[in-house]
Amino acid sequence: METLLQQIINGIVLGAVYALVALGYTMVYGILGLINFAHGEVVMVGAMVTLAVIKLLAGTGLPLVVQLLIGLAVSIPACMALGAGIERVAYRPLRNAPRLAPLITAIGVSIILQYLVVLVWGRTYHPYPELLPTTPFDLAGARISPAQVAIIFFSALVMAGLLWLVHHTRLGRAMRATAENPVVARLMGVNVNHVVTMTFAIGSALGAVAGVLVSINYSVAHYQMGFILGLKAFTAAVLGGIGNLGGAMVGGLLLGLIEALGSGYVGDLTGGLFGSNYRDVFAFLVLIVVLIFRPSGLLGERVAERA
Amino acid sequence: MSALLEARNIGKRFGGVQALKDVSLTIASGEIYGLIGPNGAGKTTFFNVLTGLYPRDAGEVLFQGTPLKLGNPSAVAAAGVARTFQNIRLFANMTALENVMVGRYVRTRSGVIGAVLRTRRTREEETAIQRRAEELLHYVGIPHRANDLARNLSYGDQRRLEIARALATEPKLLALDEPAAGMNATETAELRKLIVGLRDDGLTVLLIEHDVKLVMGLCDRVAVLDYGEKIVEDVPEVVQRHPQVIEAYLGTGHG
Repeated sequence: METLLQQIINGIVLGAVYALVALGYTMVYGILGLINFAHGEVVMVGAMVTLAVIKLLAGTGLPLVVQLLIGLAVSIPACMALGAGIERVAYRPLRNAPRLAPLITAIGVSIILQYLVVLVWGRTYHPYPELLPTTPFDLAGARISPAQVAIIFFSALVMAGLLWLVHHTRLGRAMRATAENPVVARLMGVNVNHVVTMTFAIGSALGAVAGVLVSINYSVAHYQMGFILGLKAFTAAVLGGIGNLGGAMVGGLLLGLIEALGSGYVGDLTGGLFGSNYRDVFAFLVLIVVLIFRPSGLLGERVAERA
Repeated sequence: MSALLEARNIGKRFGGVQALKDVSLTIASGEIYGLIGPNGAGKTTFFNVLTGLYPRDAGEVLFQGTPLKLGNPSAVAAAGVARTFQNIRLFANMTALENVMVGRYVRTRSGVIGAVLRTRRTREEETAIQRRAEELLHYVGIPHRANDLARNLSYGDQRRLEIARALATEPKLLALDEPAAGMNATETAELRKLIVGLRDDGLTVLLIEHDVKLVMGLCDRVAVLDYGEKIVEDVPEVVQRHPQVIEAYLGTGHG
């Protein structure tokens, strides 16, 4: 019972981060029908830039939480610019190309970003400072740290902000209109290129936050962290129904829970044959199952061809 | 009356088909201008070129004396040309009110920073957008449908909503692509009232329509396209009697 509660808590923490990253995939897909496989690397860059800023601030004696906030204040705009820049340089020239071209380009951008980070920060695993207190406290027999509480809280806050932005602002309306029909949106005066740029920028901002949170959770960051995280978040987006914001949130949370519970129990269930080191398998099992049985995802609708 | 829009020698080719050939026409400020012609005559193609949806092969369009940036639909909308669609193209999963609010985009300017910081200017602008959208829904006669999803509106209401959304861009020229298509007699009569009201409120209207009776009764001037070429441009009484029009458009049995 305690394991169950513990794994549920771990799963929610993990799922909150997956959901944040998944939103970046799903927003871009909703607007452009493009899978931005470089998004995982933007998440990684967010973690790295924040770490670099915190290292610079190390001697100042500022409280760690303040250092974290300053780090985010630098890395969020940096990632927004990075995401928007990737779109401008790598995807926009291919807007009308066959779908395979931007997909391959995305993989190329991923590799470029990874090795740019290697050039600057090297291949080593960077220990992430304890920015938030990690001494766990007891919650009905399970243990949860203030850092984990903060991760859940912060993710929820950012997601609520996104939903508000999409539903109650001029830009959000333009985004939804563009997602429904970009041609008509342009005819009604919406500057679609600006909407696309802002979609990448906002998705990347969420990614930067996610990168920092996941690094805090695992106390480590390195240049390849975006790869598996990105794939899992993509899985979460597909699970929820890609293109659907609520779907990305639900999908992320579910995937986090599946992964935590799966890795928590797989050892017992298989008599020790498989251990929790098989945790990554669960996400991709989910992906396969979803693609076979419900390719449109949990909240997704069958997508009609655009006129 | 001065010319609001002047199309000069517009040409458009789709593969081997010359969809528009040397089409020139002038729409005066404040008039209802009808564009008719048989199926496939190039009416909608002309609309699509005019609103920047299709790149044209030849010619230019002057709007208030300045060339329109054809090929850039949002710039055309910003210049003051708005349109509706022959087959309705609303944002089906947004509410009626939101559809109209999207139309306000081009006349407003708040960015994401203002939205996140909730600046006073952004909040005021958002309120103004909503108020204007409500007014427009009222104007076209569907204020009670404001919070319904566009896809749940009746056919006639969807047509009205498209007009409200187009009006939200504050056009000087409103281009209606077969607005009466699929409408019953009552709906058509109401549409007619609406169009006359728009003109009386100072708007110039370009109307593509199949319903000849509606066009002849409503328009100040009419142009007829056939096989991509303009046959005639004149007041309805003259157009109706033009032999080529009778032959091309009305067909045999009217002669």
